[in-house]
Amino acid sequence: MSRPILILGAASDMARAVARSFAAEGHPIQLAARNVSRLDEDASDLRTRFGVEVTVHEFDALATDSHKAFVEALPTLPAVAVCAVGTMGTQAESEADPLAAAQVMRANFEGPASILAHLANAMEARGAGTLVGISSVAGDRGRASNYVYGSAKAGFTAFLSGLRNRLAKKGVHVVTVLPGFVNTAMLEGISTPAPLTAEPEEVGAAIVKAVKRNTNVIYTRPIWRIVMAVIRNIPEPVFKKTSI
Amino acid sequence: MRMLSGWGRFPKVECRVIRARNQEDVRQAVLEAPLIARGNGRAYGDAALNPGLTLDMTGMDRMRSFENGVLVAEAGVLLGDIIQAFLPRGWFPMVTPGTKLVSLGGAIAADVHGKNHHIDGSFRSCVDWIDLMGPDGTVTRTKPGEALFDWTLGGMGLTGVILRAQIRLRRVETSWIVQESEALTSLTDTIAAFEGAMDAPYSVAWINCSAGKTHGHSILLKGRHALPHDLPMDRTEFDLGRPGKTPVPFGLPFLFKGTALRTINSLYWRLQRRKAGRAVVDWDSYFYPLDGLANWNKLYGRHGFVQFQCALPRDTAEAGLAEIMEAIAASDQGSVLSVLKRFGSQSGPFSFPMEGYTLAMDFPANKRSLALMERLDTITLAHNGRFYLAKDARMPKAVAQADPRAADFAEMRKQAGLAERFTSVQSRRLGL
Repeated sequence: MSRPILILGAASDMARAVARSFAAEGHPIQLAARNVSRLDEDASDLRTRFGVEVTVHEFDALATDSHKAFVEALPTLPAVAVCAVGTMGTQAESEADPLAAAQVMRANFEGPASILAHLANAMEARGAGTLVGISSVAGDRGRASNYVYGSAKAGFTAFLSGLRNRLAKKGVHVVTVLPGFVNTAMLEGISTPAPLTAEPEEVGAAIVKAVKRNTNVIYTRPIWRIVMAVIRNIPEPVFKKTSI
Repeated sequence: MRMLSGWGRFPKVECRVIRARNQEDVRQAVLEAPLIARGNGRAYGDAALNPGLTLDMTGMDRMRSFENGVLVAEAGVLLGDIIQAFLPRGWFPMVTPGTKLVSLGGAIAADVHGKNHHIDGSFRSCVDWIDLMGPDGTVTRTKPGEALFDWTLGGMGLTGVILRAQIRLRRVETSWIVQESEALTSLTDTIAAFEGAMDAPYSVAWINCSAGKTHGHSILLKGRHALPHDLPMDRTEFDLGRPGKTPVPFGLPFLFKGTALRTINSLYWRLQRRKAGRAVVDWDSYFYPLDGLANWNKLYGRHGFVQFQCALPRDTAEAGLAEIMEAIAASDQGSVLSVLKRFGSQSGPFSFPMEGYTLAMDFPANKRSLALMERLDTITLAHNGRFYLAKDARMPKAVAQADPRAADFAEMRKQAGLAERFTSVQSRRLGL
């Protein structure tokens, strides 16, 4: 069980939980985020708790021209790369300022797609590996309340689907994660229905399981699959009048 | 704003909550408004509730270093996480309460005790230092021998925000416990058995406080960490298991009164008597029998329940406990799983334990129970006893102030400028 796991966007609550879930299985961990010094406390936590080797790496999802070099500089090409990069922004700000909207789109689609493209090529050349993209149920249908974020996630979900299709014959597996509401900093101050709200630890455990079983798409709380099936199938003339 | 309560689900208070993920988050919160830090919400009452600002410390749960049994960890780490990480390497907490779901910060703030208090003392005996954030946002590392350290252990988070601490763990050779259980038929016999068991590393008794034929019957459980040669051939030395949690589907408040309660208590005693003797049991069910029920606090129904836990000095304990048990029997309120424990000597200026006995009980949160508990307050005070703040949700100020240490604590808080920064529903209710 000594294959390294790379966590991109490692400073978030969800990423921390994902790193712990993999480290608990004995995997060495590569943590990557902006301001790498922020990762030191989490790195020592993983080492202390699980006795695994942890390395930290400077990574800027928006600096797409640095991504090729980032992948080449990794000490070992990871067995699994989990992309937890993303930001919700606020819909109001995105509506008022299209430049702010563009930043949200870049952080949720362009950056994650770029880094996974480089990792995909490296894993394809090796002929093995798993890529995990944390997308969102918000990408399943654009809604007035967060369609900028949702559209970027929709793009990312489609990207992951295509990547999975392309790499399926090359020994590389792609997992799409649609977490639904998760009790993290991103949702702080927003009240969400308890049965639909997962803890970050649940997401971590679900991802480890999906990687082991080569699952394609996971909703961390299964009820979301039903909720989103309903939302996707509301006819547009009706949907445009709702505020879901 | 979020509706919060302690583990007893009484009282429920609407609180503004901020979650801290690092020291800077804590500093900003401390400078922003008067607050109380909250760990995993396992204090039963209102000790970790503050409507203006409650600082959720569960996001600060990193372990920083571990060497030869010495652990540095953030306040939000749970004892269960520590066990999960280090029991397989042969280490176990020096002192643990009856749930592993308490945070390290909470264990320090309440200066929790375990079944080994008569030998090892309270949680403070394994703490090397604490990093504490003061009212102005500066961090002080406080150590045994210093006044701030003494007040912080048992200080219920009212001396500052506990950020991280260094603690020492105990070397164990297996994850198993050799348990000896004994069925006893009166309070006098139970106390005599405790006095005869002072060199047992762990001891605790379940005692039946509901009247009826088995009133005062108890099961005394003694334990010690098993050595490899104690184990049956088929058991591995360190078996952590990961038992699933059984959720409680709905409240069963009708089980907690009258005949149903007396029947349950006496059946439990008879069942345990049959099993009395020596057994090798796993660490989880020995130390944390209730953790296996994910939300046993919901058993009492939506109004929740209130714990009553007092300590009585050794020389007045038997008379005091007898009076308490009579008062409970007379009220017909009863309590499931009343737990009796022998304490060793007192070690901190504001911590709960004192040389003598402690009795813990839970009652449904209703008027009759609250009236009964006032009666129990009076009996406890008449026997020079005191009360456990981590369990308290309803004590009147006068009762708390009957403990002369409360005024000293409040005075220290005022002098050090802590009173206006660190405050909880409990501290205001009790005038701390």
